[in-house]
Amino acid sequence: MLELNDIHTFYGPIEALKGITLKVNQGEIVCLIGNNGAGKSTTLMAISGILKPKAGTISFIGSDISDMPPHSIVERGISHVPEGRRIFPRLTVKENLEMGAYTVGSRTNKNKKLKSQFDKVYEMFPVLRERERQMGGTLSGGEQQMLAISRALMSEPKLLLLDEPSLGLAPIIVSRIFKAIQEINQEGVTILLVEQNAHAALNLSGRGYVLENGRIKMHGQGKELLNSEEVKKAYLGE
Amino acid sequence: MFTQQLINGLTLGGVYALIALGYTMVYGILELINFAHGEIYMLGAYLGIIFLGFFTAIGLTSYSLPLALILTFVLSVIFCSAYGFTIERIAYRPLRNAPRLSPLISAIGVSIFLQNYVMLTQGATDKIFPNLFEKAGMEFIGARVTYTQIFIMAASAVLMLSLNLFITKTRMGKAMRAVAQDKVMASLVGININTVISATFIIGSGLAAVAGLMVAAYYGLVNYSIGYIAGIKAFTAAVLGGIGSIPGAMFGGILLGLIESFSAAYISSEYKDAYAFIILIIILFIKPSGLFGKTQEEKV
Repeated sequence: MLELNDIHTFYGPIEALKGITLKVNQGEIVCLIGNNGAGKSTTLMAISGILKPKAGTISFIGSDISDMPPHSIVERGISHVPEGRRIFPRLTVKENLEMGAYTVGSRTNKNKKLKSQFDKVYEMFPVLRERERQMGGTLSGGEQQMLAISRALMSEPKLLLLDEPSLGLAPIIVSRIFKAIQEINQEGVTILLVEQNAHAALNLSGRGYVLENGRIKMHGQGKELLNSEEVKKAYLGE
Repeated sequence: MFTQQLINGLTLGGVYALIALGYTMVYGILELINFAHGEIYMLGAYLGIIFLGFFTAIGLTSYSLPLALILTFVLSVIFCSAYGFTIERIAYRPLRNAPRLSPLISAIGVSIFLQNYVMLTQGATDKIFPNLFEKAGMEFIGARVTYTQIFIMAASAVLMLSLNLFITKTRMGKAMRAVAQDKVMASLVGININTVISATFIIGSGLAAVAGLMVAAYYGLVNYSIGYIAGIKAFTAAVLGGIGSIPGAMFGGILLGLIESFSAAYISSEYKDAYAFIILIIILFIKPSGLFGKTQEEKV
């Protein structure tokens, strides 16, 4: 479904990704783990078109998206929940969700479509319905994460990119979020997940890639990586 | 005297507010002070004279004055919006990722260019805006209100209300607010940033065109340099209200108009232009972010 082939990106003179090759198949949950600065978020930014790769190609369902502007990539079915959630602080919860459905707004029968999308995310996170008229910036961290995920789902993505959804949240909220990720996947959305919380992420994922210094160090089945001595020592703190 | 100054102040304030909105909308989205914005206002005034002259020449004005006026307004707005759109494409978009000073200098360049372009093509002397309503007006609680003033106040109010509705209720309006708050996130939800920026320039320029036309009709005289002082005043109004804030620009504009007209009447009219700036300095001392401004919070 998604294929990255030898991707190189730069921040000024610094090479952030030094040849990333990875693959995500339809229906999978794939996770990227690694230390700070390994290039996990950069990889997601390259996929969604915010950072243009200097070399390499990214293809999504058979077409090359490497040179597309971010909004066209969203229209093709990739939604990105970035690091830090980036809720629009001075838009209401409802308006944040409407912005998530921005690409739906240009389709025919959009009102019906919008309503069913709203119902779907409100069912998943009922607290958002209660907070509908509140400004996004006034929500708690956990609520903001729920809103960020819901906003990304509003465009009916085929592939969902999640960057550190558990960062800074209480354990009970983290398990609620991870459960939601599983539900979303069961409804047919493919997921590429970046996580510091390697243990939870690998448990959830079918496959995982370990990034180090802008390169893929190893990849394999989630369970396999969980049991690998190297991963245990470096990322699981065992 | 009080009522008279109130009406004069509201008239002037409505015009400042319309121009200030263009400054504040562009600043909100690009963090750019568009110094060429005053020139758009000046172009609006000139285009008004040109179109009205044309309609008079072909006899439309004597056939139906309202129709000629409506057409003049619509055409001037369309032309000014096209100018605003083009300026952004040529002078600002190529500098989108440049250091912040570069687009600012480019804006000053566009401003100088437009002034000289109008001076060369229209002449350096004052142009007279046809006096269509004479000094017709009515008495209102001891004050004299001309029809032009009533029209200016009504048109400013209607335009500000419509803009507010547009920004809060429509898909494009919400997208504008989203882009102003976080450009990267806005593109991640599928908003085409360039379209939104173009729309901002088109709307801001259209409002400035209306302001230019109305002032030309109010004062009756136009020259190539009127954009400069009006631009600075409107910019002051935008800063007064809190630059980047739309209600701030509306409020700041009207407040500035009132301050000018009252202080000219009750203190001295010789320093008419100075009062605005005195108030600005005071506001900046007390509340640097402006009356409606958001205090910048550093996020961790």
